[in-house]
Amino acid sequence: MRKYNPNEDVDFLVIGSGAGGAVMAKQLAIAGFSVVVLEQGGWGAYGHEQDYSKDELSNRFPAEDDMLMTNPKTQINTFRRNAGEKAAIGNHSYGCVVGGGTVTYGGSSWRHLPWEFDEASRFGTMAGTGIADWPISYAELEPYYSQAEWEIGISGPNIRSPLIAPMSRPYPVPPLPLKSSGALFQRAADKLNLTVVPNVAAIITEPYRGRGACINCGMCSGYGCQTRARSSSAVSLLPYAEATGNCEIRAWSYVREISVDATGKCTGAVYFEKKNANREVFQKAKVVVLAANGTETPRLLLLSKSGRFPQGLANSSGIVGKYLMTGNGGGAHGLFSDPLNEYKGCVTGAAILDYVPNDVKGRGWYGGGRLTARGQMSPIQYGLSGPHNAPRWGAGYKKALIEQANRRMSLTNFISQLPLETNMVDLDPEVKDAWGLPAMRITTTSHENDMRGVRFFIEKSVEILKAAGASEVWADAPSDARGGAHARGTCRMGNDPKSSVVNRYHRAHDVPNLFVVDGSSLVTGGRNHPTMTISALAFRAAEHLAKAARTGNVRI
Amino acid sequence: MSGDRRKFLWRSLGGATAAWLAANWPQGLAAAEAAQGAGGFAFFSRAQAAEIDAMSAQIYPTDDLPGAREAHVVGFIDLALVTFAQDKQTIYTKGFGELSAATGGRPLGSLPEARQIALLTGIENTPFFRTVRDHTVMGLFAAPQHGGNFGKLGWKQIGFDDSLNFRAPFGAYDKA
Repeated sequence: MRKYNPNEDVDFLVIGSGAGGAVMAKQLAIAGFSVVVLEQGGWGAYGHEQDYSKDELSNRFPAEDDMLMTNPKTQINTFRRNAGEKAAIGNHSYGCVVGGGTVTYGGSSWRHLPWEFDEASRFGTMAGTGIADWPISYAELEPYYSQAEWEIGISGPNIRSPLIAPMSRPYPVPPLPLKSSGALFQRAADKLNLTVVPNVAAIITEPYRGRGACINCGMCSGYGCQTRARSSSAVSLLPYAEATGNCEIRAWSYVREISVDATGKCTGAVYFEKKNANREVFQKAKVVVLAANGTETPRLLLLSKSGRFPQGLANSSGIVGKYLMTGNGGGAHGLFSDPLNEYKGCVTGAAILDYVPNDVKGRGWYGGGRLTARGQMSPIQYGLSGPHNAPRWGAGYKKALIEQANRRMSLTNFISQLPLETNMVDLDPEVKDAWGLPAMRITTTSHENDMRGVRFFIEKSVEILKAAGASEVWADAPSDARGGAHARGTCRMGNDPKSSVVNRYHRAHDVPNLFVVDGSSLVTGGRNHPTMTISALAFRAAEHLAKAARTGNVRI
Repeated sequence: MSGDRRKFLWRSLGGATAAWLAANWPQGLAAAEAAQGAGGFAFFSRAQAAEIDAMSAQIYPTDDLPGAREAHVVGFIDLALVTFAQDKQTIYTKGFGELSAATGGRPLGSLPEARQIALLTGIENTPFFRTVRDHTVMGLFAAPQHGGNFGKLGWKQIGFDDSLNFRAPFGAYDKA
């Protein structure tokens, strides 16, 4: 791999190597620019993915070097429901490895629908919420969705339906198998007149671009993929960036500040070398691309306070960190007479799409979502969570555990969440992380409208499981979002510097050589499946940025 | 303790397991290896091991099908407590005191079964019991190379096939 000296003024410094950062690194490196990627996580099994363990126990208690998600004991964060509360230690966690969250995610890769880009104009706003039009349209983004799907490797059905975003090109590989849950979905759908489709997934079902097909091992979400079938950034993008000879990926590099000069431009970033006694290093760069995820990106901007940027970098609007959407879910479970063996195959199964569009009049709330057959039931997880309606231990536990094994179907829903100014990421005034930096503080309470949505989807899940013939059905209790890997909205994109953080090309309004390319720039959250939109936005941003750099609009 | 139950297989831990333990808890693994050499336990005294054996045998009893005892759960927990579950040692140490107070100092396993169940029901919401319960479950369903789930008996009971390579149809409902 190409190595750069920290004193070398590289063209682009990319912070984060997940869905956004990896696309930026690859596209900019291919365009011939010098690129350094700083990733706070380790390497995982980058380049030797066959070594990813499928052992459930060691996956629960990973070695520090094998961690694929953040360690909440060191990456401490706090949580509160509203600004009136004192925040307590939280459990927010996200992908933390070269490749970011894409290394371990379920892989759902739905596009936003065309009308999700101009909801304020099309459906209207709602008092007290931040529903706003995006500064770009679906038509502008569509070619980049297609590019992302083909470069990354997305499997899915090729169906034309108003419930699915229109596509200029079909998916490059066929969809995942429907599983028994998909067949049961279809049984319910036939009675209830619903639309069932296989999931759209960043998991290849045939050999593609030198990678092997999914072997349906079932140890999926939360695990690295040993066949490289999951199209993570670490297998589908970063190796191409590296192969240009222009890009250095530096793992274990935890950024604490984006530095600026007297003119208000970024000059690079200061980071801790986690594997070198946390030595501080300053990497010089002409342009900084921030892609640390929807929660770490605003935190880093707020940490990068200076005399010139007293409210935090790029925050003259005061809205860095605000309009956080972490995503709502909820679902239900049913028992069937015969084995489904849901532990086999990709964790995310078929989807029911009929409730994706808005139907405020019909349902009494704004938004929508996808019902998904999804419930990982690996052996330890199944044993610990236990059978339904049974004792927690003893003869009754054992009997029910064995009787119910493999007969359960679970539904998980991915539901819209309104952007609210009061939901935010900021810096905890007291708690520090293991590096002595102010901990991330998450403040969030969903709008009552969204909780109506959660209850609606839970009720629908019950109805669908009953229609599918479940002998017993039980629902999740409705619960509000707390954190997690789908964080969006905290550096929203817009034309007005007073009400947005970045412009339509992801450039910070306040800092001409700072770009934010991750879930932070999403204006509205879609149906809680952010990754494909982040990838598409990144391909678009990279193309623009490479052009701007060549024409001197960004000084390289 | 029967000789069979003491075959906790420290030395035959799968390569990946041994590497995982050695990377994270080298002292724990060394202690476990030394203990096996001496035919004993790394964390438990013999009396404590007998108490955990009795508890786990009530948590996942042996009936027509084997239970926690046949899965070698005690050995699994003993190794756990000097490695990945080190942070739970205090819960056990304190828990033995609580258990002894409840049994009047008699070994749990020496009491009639109904009395054992009643006694454990009385403490089922304590951190000690909950931890033993969870560790028992892990010992039943973690991969055998970690010392429990002997002969994959836990996996067999819940119909888990560990071949990690499947083709659809996967279940009864997606068959064409």
